[in-house]
Amino acid sequence: MAIPLVYNVRSVKARWTSTIVAVVGIAGTVGVFVAMLSLARGFKATLVSSGSADNALITRAGATSEMTSGVSLDSVKIIQDAPGIARGADGPLLTPEAVLMAPIPLLSTGTDANVELRGVAPNVFAIRSNVKIIEGRMFRPGLSELIVGKNAKATYSGLTLGSTIGLGSVRWQVVGIFDAGGSAFDSEVWGDAHLLNGAYKRPDTFSQSVTVHLASPAALQQLRDTLTADPRLNVDVTREIDYYAKQSTRMTQLITILGGFVALIMAIGAVFGALNTMYSAVAERGREIATMRALGFNSWNVVLSFLFEALLISFVGGLVGCLAVLPLNGLTTSTMNFQTFSNLAFAFKITFDLLWMGVLFAMVMGVLGGMPPAIRAASRPVATALREL
Amino acid sequence: MKFSRLILANLFRKKVRLILTIGSFAVALVLFTFLAVVKSAFSRGTEIAGADRLIVVSRIGLMQLMPISHRDKILAIPGVKAVTHNHWFGGVYQDEKNFFPQFVIDPENQRQVMTELVVPDEQWNNFLTDRQGAIAGARTAARFHWKIGDRIPIKTTLYGGGSSEFNLDGIYHSDRPGGDESQFWLQWKYFDENAPAVVKSTAGWYVVKLDSPEDAVRVAKAIDEKFANSSFETKTETESAFAAYFVKQFGNIELLILTIGSVVFFTLLLVTGNTMAISVRERTSELAVLKAIGFSGRAVLFFVLAESVVIALVGGFLGLTLAYLAIPVIGVALTGLLPPLILSKSLLTLGLGFALFVGAASGLLPGIGAMRMRVVNALRRA
Repeated sequence: MAIPLVYNVRSVKARWTSTIVAVVGIAGTVGVFVAMLSLARGFKATLVSSGSADNALITRAGATSEMTSGVSLDSVKIIQDAPGIARGADGPLLTPEAVLMAPIPLLSTGTDANVELRGVAPNVFAIRSNVKIIEGRMFRPGLSELIVGKNAKATYSGLTLGSTIGLGSVRWQVVGIFDAGGSAFDSEVWGDAHLLNGAYKRPDTFSQSVTVHLASPAALQQLRDTLTADPRLNVDVTREIDYYAKQSTRMTQLITILGGFVALIMAIGAVFGALNTMYSAVAERGREIATMRALGFNSWNVVLSFLFEALLISFVGGLVGCLAVLPLNGLTTSTMNFQTFSNLAFAFKITFDLLWMGVLFAMVMGVLGGMPPAIRAASRPVATALREL
Repeated sequence: MKFSRLILANLFRKKVRLILTIGSFAVALVLFTFLAVVKSAFSRGTEIAGADRLIVVSRIGLMQLMPISHRDKILAIPGVKAVTHNHWFGGVYQDEKNFFPQFVIDPENQRQVMTELVVPDEQWNNFLTDRQGAIAGARTAARFHWKIGDRIPIKTTLYGGGSSEFNLDGIYHSDRPGGDESQFWLQWKYFDENAPAVVKSTAGWYVVKLDSPEDAVRVAKAIDEKFANSSFETKTETESAFAAYFVKQFGNIELLILTIGSVVFFTLLLVTGNTMAISVRERTSELAVLKAIGFSGRAVLFFVLAESVVIALVGGFLGLTLAYLAIPVIGVALTGLLPPLILSKSLLTLGLGFALFVGAASGLLPGIGAMRMRVVNALRRA
């Protein structure tokens, strides 16, 4: 025979002030927990989605990022003929790229932030098939024209379609806006590699990296073996997706450690709150509990009943916390990526499994906070409890 | 005080609740201190920047190099005391995870400009005569258990490539609390000899020491004007503005930390306020008796407030002690990701003050209720 659950639901309603306090405590904790994880995930997802399994990135051997890499024009010529690279109508699909950094004022504060400038080959869209022009057109090779990622357009001043901007020693016209599907490229500005090198007085015989489109995802090994065995070259071949996953590690690690610690402390606080609420619930209802025991409910029933009450409170708290942070989903924010020193826009990414984890986290807090008071409620001798009144 | 026994007795009436409330306070204070410490770590650069120093970078971007000949031209500007130049080395020690900033420095002028970074004279003289010498910050040396005399292999890709070994000739300390002790310094001459042609005779950025901080704006303008319309234009800022440039780019992360902090405090206030309200409600009849035997309303308010303030103080003290013990541990986990976490005395004071405030605020409402309550009604209810 179990104590009817209606009893607990009604008790929760009767003491609504302490219930709300416990719910808010748990909701706050779950909210922070979910928000932090979604931030870390969003950051990682942005970088990971920049890479494609069909592409390979070729950098100088040992380079930690494109910024510290360099591939000479001679090497590019050798790479072009390597096996495993897909070929289009006008030759192999590869783009030797120049990666630079330019200070451009942020729209929000008016202060400069580092924008990644990428000099690309004219056929770059054949290689990065996830990037598409959504406004205007592609730049014409040989002209000082730029195309701008959609997040860069929304984050920095002076990057709208048709505007001109001075970068390096040249004035450029923005002729197109592209959408890279929420990846890191959305925070970049692209132009003709030769002209960008010229504008920044860099030798045009060097690129930072070469991105090639593979004939098939499996062709990577063949390409890597060929290029690394070639004595004329000194390069690393990485699948694009792996390169970008690695770029996200430090920031993701930072957010996870900070967020994890904060959520842990908050969880302890929320368990204290839940304990307090449940202990006072038990104390206030000494008479009721004793009466139920006298009626023949055994102590196990009482424990279950109070545990149910704690779980109810924590479940509602978890749900409220999840709902409260749900509007964050898709919200774009930006920060500086430590590994490239450039500003990167990314979105909170709240997935179903994160919400599920949040509610589960709340329930664990509920059990921890509800168990000791429930046991105390059940272990009080009936006679003493009744006599106290 | 003559009522201390009464207050103490009331405090210990419900031991479990007392422990839990003190615990909530402690937890909130640990969090408060942690968030404050992290926030200050993000903006450390601005806080410790020298007021009498300027940073000169290339106008077209941070990664652009400037000719070494700028040095003498800057030095000629009145108000400039000393100039040193740096390069970003960007090498890897063993693994990418072991990140620390490596600067190629100009040994002749480094100590005149970066006066707060102290190297013992004997170590410094060894460094001067050792082409492959290096000096490490105390924090980085401790992190990898380096001793003076060790050979440190650094893989580099930025300039030329390959792996080089450096001799650790000295360890520097910062004589300003919170100073950056993570840098690794290399000799410019050795670097320049081995650099590819495009990097030879260049500097990544210049650090200028001024005669007086009041001159900062004028000298910065004079430097930029000197190189205006040349092929290597410059952008000169105070050291703190330069650091702020990086901090601002973290913008939203900092806002996020502050938001979390506010959520937590709101929750804490609610929890303690509720606990105090419950404990006063339970004791309505007792407080009524106190008033009936002649205690004034104000005395009753004082009893309630004293109780909540004592809880806040004990909880706050406990929390700060815990934070004091825990923050160095977290700091170790964050090595290489954030500047060192430093718990300052002013922060501890602020935390304790904060606890007091929350304690008083949470006791005030139930206290005023008890002060105003009518003895007859209260006694009848019980």
